[in-house]
Amino acid sequence: MRDSAAANPTPAGRGEMRLLIVEDDREAAEYLRKALHEAGHMAELARDGEEGLALAQGGDFDVLVVDRMLPKRDGLSVISELRARGDKTPVLILSALGQVDDRVTGLRAGGDDYLAKPYAFSELLARIEALTRRTTQQSGDTVYRVGDLELDRLSHRVTRGGKDIPLQPREFRLLEYLMRHAGQVVTRTMLLENVWDYHFDPQTNVIDVHVSRLRAKVDKGFDCALLHTVRGAGYMIRDGAR
Amino acid sequence: MTALGKLIRTTAFKIVAVYLIIFAIFSAGVIAYLARHTQNLVVSQITETVDAEMNSLQEQFRIGGINRLVDVVEARAQQPGSNLYLLTTFAGASIVGNVQVPSRVLDRPGWSEISYRRAEDRDVTHESRALVRLSVLPGGFRLLVGRDFEERDRLRQILAAPARWALLVIVVMGIAGALFIARRVLKRIDGMTATSERIMTGDLTGRLPVAGSGDEFDRLANSLNAMLERIEGLMAGVKHVSDNIAHDLKTPLTRLRNQAEEALRSARNESDYRSALEATIEESDALIRTFDALLMISRAEAGEVRSHMVDFDAAEAAQSVAELYEPLAEEKGLSLVVKAAPPLPAHGNRELVGQALANLLDNAIKHGEPAESGAGDVTIEARADGSRVLFIVSDRGPGIPEADRTRVLERFVRLEASRSRPGAGLGLSLAAAVARLHGGELRLEDNAPGLRVTLAIPGQPR
Repeated sequence: MRDSAAANPTPAGRGEMRLLIVEDDREAAEYLRKALHEAGHMAELARDGEEGLALAQGGDFDVLVVDRMLPKRDGLSVISELRARGDKTPVLILSALGQVDDRVTGLRAGGDDYLAKPYAFSELLARIEALTRRTTQQSGDTVYRVGDLELDRLSHRVTRGGKDIPLQPREFRLLEYLMRHAGQVVTRTMLLENVWDYHFDPQTNVIDVHVSRLRAKVDKGFDCALLHTVRGAGYMIRDGAR
Repeated sequence: MTALGKLIRTTAFKIVAVYLIIFAIFSAGVIAYLARHTQNLVVSQITETVDAEMNSLQEQFRIGGINRLVDVVEARAQQPGSNLYLLTTFAGASIVGNVQVPSRVLDRPGWSEISYRRAEDRDVTHESRALVRLSVLPGGFRLLVGRDFEERDRLRQILAAPARWALLVIVVMGIAGALFIARRVLKRIDGMTATSERIMTGDLTGRLPVAGSGDEFDRLANSLNAMLERIEGLMAGVKHVSDNIAHDLKTPLTRLRNQAEEALRSARNESDYRSALEATIEESDALIRTFDALLMISRAEAGEVRSHMVDFDAAEAAQSVAELYEPLAEEKGLSLVVKAAPPLPAHGNRELVGQALANLLDNAIKHGEPAESGAGDVTIEARADGSRVLFIVSDRGPGIPEADRTRVLERFVRLEASRSRPGAGLGLSLAAAVARLHGGELRLEDNAPGLRVTLAIPGQPR
């Protein structure tokens, strides 16, 4: 855990986040709070659905982490209630129910992302950070830039140092997703979900092969590597020169 | 008493009791009707006799006057078992006859029913009933002819006693019948209750008794037995599954525990602990994967994911999975050929079909070897077949011996030859579960050499 946090340089503008964890298991909640604290974030805890709803309405949180099965009021109803009141705070649903249809139900209720228990903390952290970035990012950007790498979302052209890099359509989408989350850890599951739209876990790590192909095109022949492997977590694209 | 109470509370008893009451009332009605009818017949016979007698006596009076009439009446009155006769003067004084009647009777010509005494009868208290007709003859003489009701009364007695007996017999037989039928029905229900109680305590092998008569109870018992059969099958399946789960989850759990113990015992520095912990996390991730796959299979088998069926393009699905695995195949030095031309409409759960195809492709790449002809080492094909859509994944690896093909579809089964390779052994059984969920099938065939797996799912309903 420390490893991935340490591998995360703090890019400019990314400060401490305030999170609300709605989770009835005391130990799991405490573990999460501690781990998030070590990663530089503040987390408040709520033990049941009612408390979670009250805190979520009162506090100004960056992300809500909501368990699905809660005492007093279940997680999905907390989320739909918040959404009904116009609260747009990003919500990550945590659940022991991890099948495809559970996921669909969760996202339909207004969740922004869904993570099945048990999860790796690095996965959770990466997803939380991706959620906050989503809300602050200018979606109108048509060109993503990382160092001397440029991706034009309209013309589907990728250049590095002014040199054209020809990419397959899927490679383009892979790079696009990585660059949208530049400076953030992107996990293999996030890539599989967002680039391929699959939500199962392939037994073999097919994603690694795709990323190393992409890396061969993007980084090979250049002095400084932009596409990094974050050990135990996933990948990150960032300007290593700075 | 409780046994009797139980009997009386039974539905059969109640039905029979109600039937019995209705039947008894009906029977009594029929008997009463018959009795009345018979009596009326007797009375009309009496009337006819009396009329005839009266006419004959009036005839005698016309021919021979009062003297002749007195003679005739006297003669007839003497005969044993005779009718009743009385001839009086206009003042009511008796001239001749064999009865004494109240004087008011003599003031009413025509028919009347009276009490009377026989003239020779000395017992004053003994009175009988009779039907009489009074005629006033010329000269003020009154002639009374009548007949005793004895016949009618005797007939009534003759009828009443058997009627009472008959009613008694009907009631007694009815009750006995009710008890008998109720007990018979009860006995079968008691048998069913006893069996179901035994089944409830956990003995699922028990079956309800079937008498073989094909009645309602047999039909009920048969359908309940069929239900029990199904439940027993399901329970056996669940037990089989949980045995498998216990076995296949305990193996990696044991490894996990051993690694932790080993680290505690022999790790010397931080990096030793570190690598041991990393191995532990890796092992638990594999466990979670196995567990997820198992959950998915059991859900698919329970038909729970059925609600997420949509129309999708099968060719696109095959291409997408192939595109995901193509670099992996290339890394292994295998060529991956896709034969799929959209549009190829299919109906199902795209995610699950994708997962099944990914598993099949993953297996094919894992076990595949370069083909000699160079036609494609691993191929994935999607095509229509009548109303179905077929996905065919084939490789040029060692294949699966025919004898093992059914067995590998079971959870966790991995052939000895592949024990050393990674994979939880769930891929094929997961694909089979997906096929079952879609009402399709998964077929394993010889690709000569290699394995050819066909996943069939329904096409889009037209």
